[in-house]
Amino acid sequence: MTPLIGYLLLSAFLFAIGLAGALTRRSAIIVLIGIELMLNAANLNFIAFWRFSEHPEALTGIMFVIFAIGVAAAEAAVGLALIIAIYRHYKTTNLDEVDSLKG
Amino acid sequence: MTIPFAIIALMTITATVATMSLRNLVHCALAAAVAFGGLAAAYLQLDAQFVGFAQILVYVGAVAILIVFAVLLTRGGEPTTEALFSKTWVTGTAIAVVVFGVLAWTIRNSFASQCEITALPDATVKDIGGALMGKYVLPLEVIGLLLTAALIGAVIIALKEEKK
Repeated sequence: MTPLIGYLLLSAFLFAIGLAGALTRRSAIIVLIGIELMLNAANLNFIAFWRFSEHPEALTGIMFVIFAIGVAAAEAAVGLALIIAIYRHYKTTNLDEVDSLKG
Repeated sequence: MTIPFAIIALMTITATVATMSLRNLVHCALAAAVAFGGLAAAYLQLDAQFVGFAQILVYVGAVAILIVFAVLLTRGGEPTTEALFSKTWVTGTAIAVVVFGVLAWTIRNSFASQCEITALPDATVKDIGGALMGKYVLPLEVIGLLLTAALIGAVIIALKEEKK
């Protein structure tokens, strides 16, 4: 097993765990953490491919991860603000109870 | 497969599993901070020092604190007796397992299994700064605009609604 395979498998596992958390947990905050974990797994892929590429001096992987971290930070801020707004409206962050649009 | 990578992988995987399975939301937030720290260690292990320290600064420093604040503001830290997982947890877990299986199978059969380690890349902070101010200056400006918009938007969304 080469080092690149190890990092890719770790990244795939983190993505799967984040996906499982986002799909199964009832708390909106944990769902948001799961989405953050999935973003981080993608970032780890970028860094691993950058490190093992033939032209690492191009810095493409690093730049992509820096911008992804910026976007993820903005997403976390807006997402948590939305959770606080939902809590104020429904008095709960349990996603199974926030179902006003359910048909 | 080196020993530092094994330690980092074990720590990150344990922390993520704890994040997704613990009952108390404050414990979940702390486990998530450990997981983000483990990822930062993986970046440092991959010779991406700048990204590793940015990860610590943004995720362990800011996002984890933001999550703890959200938990406290929504009283999520109080112990609950209701079910931890939603009613459709079997489907969700099955989807996650299938996704991991497909990804792992693809990785094992890809060109990555022949990829050997290359020479140490030369990515100093000076190079990164030069690239950010030269080739990537337009995306940098756009991300600045996005962060400003997100800041204002988050404040407006979380503002107390006025009684009409």
